[in-house]
Amino acid sequence: MKLITAIIRSYQLDQVRESLIAAGITRITVSRVSGHGAQKREEVYRGKKVIPSLIPKMRVEIAVNDEFVDTTVNAIIEGAKSVSEVEGEIGDGKIFITPLEECIRIRTGEKGSNAI
Amino acid sequence: MLATLAIIMGLGGLMELSAQPGVDSGATAWMITSTALVLLMVPGLAMFYGGLVRSKNVLGTMMHSFAAMGVMSVLWVTVSYSMCFGSSVLGGWFGWNSDYVFLQGIDETIMEGGVPEYVFSMFQGKFAIITPALIAGAFAERVKFRGYLVFITLWGLLVYNPLCHWVWAEDGFLFNMGADGAIDFAGGTVVHISAGVSGLVAAIYLGARRGYPHRQMRPNNLVMVMMGVGLLWVGWFGFNAGSSVSSGLSTAQALTATQVAAAAGALTWILIEGFHQGKMTALGFASGILSGLVAVTPAAGVVQPLGAMVLGALATVICYLMLIVKDKLGYDDSLDAFGIHGVGGIVGAIALTFFIRDSWMANAAEAAGGSWSIWQQLGVQVAAVAIAMAYSIVLTLIILVVVEKLFGLKSTPEEEMQGLDHAYHGERGYGMLNPN
Repeated sequence: MKLITAIIRSYQLDQVRESLIAAGITRITVSRVSGHGAQKREEVYRGKKVIPSLIPKMRVEIAVNDEFVDTTVNAIIEGAKSVSEVEGEIGDGKIFITPLEECIRIRTGEKGSNAI
Repeated sequence: MLATLAIIMGLGGLMELSAQPGVDSGATAWMITSTALVLLMVPGLAMFYGGLVRSKNVLGTMMHSFAAMGVMSVLWVTVSYSMCFGSSVLGGWFGWNSDYVFLQGIDETIMEGGVPEYVFSMFQGKFAIITPALIAGAFAERVKFRGYLVFITLWGLLVYNPLCHWVWAEDGFLFNMGADGAIDFAGGTVVHISAGVSGLVAAIYLGARRGYPHRQMRPNNLVMVMMGVGLLWVGWFGFNAGSSVSSGLSTAQALTATQVAAAAGALTWILIEGFHQGKMTALGFASGILSGLVAVTPAAGVVQPLGAMVLGALATVICYLMLIVKDKLGYDDSLDAFGIHGVGGIVGAIALTFFIRDSWMANAAEAAGGSWSIWQQLGVQVAAVAIAMAYSIVLTLIILVVVEKLFGLKSTPEEEMQGLDHAYHGERGYGMLNPN
């Protein structure tokens, strides 16, 4: 079992969700976070260009069984990579994969792969 | 010294007064207040619609209302006042009076009721703002901002102005239909039916939002929705009670009708909902307020409080049923511009016939030269509603096709997924509010 954590552009969330659903991955948790990596994208507020220090992002968390890791990662990349001007831009985000020790379904008490 | 000053200032004041013969300061003060109240409805509507959409579209949706304040105000002063309240041209299609262009000719005009014409013009101009803003609820979350600006400009010129002229100008053909005209006190036909029906046409022509109806699209902020509806209710007193263009008995009648219709509508909605769904929702109460207010809009000048309450309750029942029908039919009238404003307006304009106060009917009978029955008036009301609907449908469809082909109106799938705020404004409405 793996926990896949993706940090993506906030406005790409729907693309990523639709891409995941199309790939058959339907169980996700989403939260708003702030942060920055190498991104220095200028944004316009009230007509002024500002370079925000902490940039709003979305964190998408998905717990999957090992055989679904590649499908999930590919679906996230497909949805999160910007395609507007050039394919792939600084700020598109990152995906982290961590081993998942245990998973328990609260309703039934099931454990492990079946509970995911 | 001080006394002399006071006398001079007093005289100055007197001279100023004598320079404006015929101004009824009471009526003028109320009309200015009403003008401000009707404008207050636009940010109220922005909050109502803004709270109902998903968080990525909140600013774009509020901008639909605010942009109308800019576009329609400029249009109004430029040509719209002339098109609405000038003398009929082109066989009565709309009005025209070159004196009204840029309001140049009314700089010193005091109208018959003792109200400066500027005040009347600005008051009427607010109705031209809120009407296209109402349509935006039907195609929320899926139109390009630039296309929207072009759309409301053309719609204001070609749909609102002619309708306003027909119903409210003294030589408009609906104003003179039947014995004493088609009854549309404050804009049931001109504002709500035209906006609702046009919204329905636009919603069907542009198609549904991505994922509708399978994906849940929850309101991002119901607190804002409630405040918005509260502002709308307050503003509606200007909308209805101001439409008497006076400050007297008819103002008081309209004011009372407005209050009780909204209250009856709201209570009816939560009662139906309580029996039907098991819980009485805040959004239901808000929707009931709106249904009641919309239904009493055409009727406020002619019905008594009991009639107004029945109208409010009746409109709510039919609007509630209409929302169920909408889900069955599957078209995406996103924020129920047609379901509430269109349907409520139609119910109000037609059903008001059965609650007209006797003195109005007596006047109408006199004007008709003997007798005038409610069935004859019903015919006039139905005809006016049918004409407004047919005209709105045809013209809106033409405008939609033109704007979509020439400027682009429907958002691309990418823009829709990113949300209007990012795609067209480059801004975000909220900080860390949970995404939905």
